[in-house]
Amino acid sequence: MQRAIFSFLSGALFGVGLLVSGMVDTTKVQGWLDVFGDWDPTLAFVMGGAIIPMAVAWRIAKRRETAILGTPIPFKSELRVDRDLVLGSLLFGAGWGLAGLCPGPALASLGFGGAGGLVFLLAMMAGMFATPAIRTRIERLAETT
Amino acid sequence: MEQDWIWGLVGGLMIGSAGALYLLVNGRVMGASGILGGLVDRTGWSTAAERLAFILGLIAIPPLIVPLYEVVDTHITGNMAVIVAAGLLVGIGTRLANGCTSGHGVCGISRLSLRGLVATVFYLLGGGLALVLFRHVLGVV
Repeated sequence: MQRAIFSFLSGALFGVGLLVSGMVDTTKVQGWLDVFGDWDPTLAFVMGGAIIPMAVAWRIAKRRETAILGTPIPFKSELRVDRDLVLGSLLFGAGWGLAGLCPGPALASLGFGGAGGLVFLLAMMAGMFATPAIRTRIERLAETT
Repeated sequence: MEQDWIWGLVGGLMIGSAGALYLLVNGRVMGASGILGGLVDRTGWSTAAERLAFILGLIAIPPLIVPLYEVVDTHITGNMAVIVAAGLLVGIGTRLANGCTSGHGVCGISRLSLRGLVATVFYLLGGGLALVLFRHVLGVV
């Protein structure tokens, strides 16, 4: 129960931060990505602002073995920089640029984002559902070439 | 607007604080695509309650402060084909790459993770290229 309460609080603060920062506004996100348009630097301030408390948290976490509720502090991923990381990030970026929404803001704006926001979320979940099968296909394709 | 960057910074600090809380109290990396994706593809069902609670907070609380603003408009395109294509790309891409702007960007870069940094470079590149092609060349978005 405690885990769920703090999880809820994290999600709530994350969502309010996304709203306050303007990141639920797709034109601000596209304005940052579109370097040939009317360039909007807001996203850099959001990223910079978010990294500060997070970097402090990682420093604190380094000195502990477990989090407050007893779970081990997550290790740095042992996965390397690989094909799926690069390919996946390119695809994600393309979708992010097209609609101006990434997963966090898509959830945070669900309550006021209208039909377009809901359709985006459903399409995103469909993509997530299909990914294990797509991953297998990519692997097979890479093996044969 | 001129003060947009200040609100960006304030909101950013809140986002980072949410990630810090999730890490130090729950012992988890705050990544929106991972939290949701694990529920969608069933790989995270053993921690379903925690994931659902996070998503509930993320969906239910922001609308409560929307009335403080005169207007909150996501300005999302009315072109449903673009919305569906973009949603599919974001869903597939974030799961293939194992993270999005929050997991790789905020949580990864802040611990100097090479994977987080590389992912961020490539999703920014993907976004920039998509806008060059679909906005400036084809004029679709």
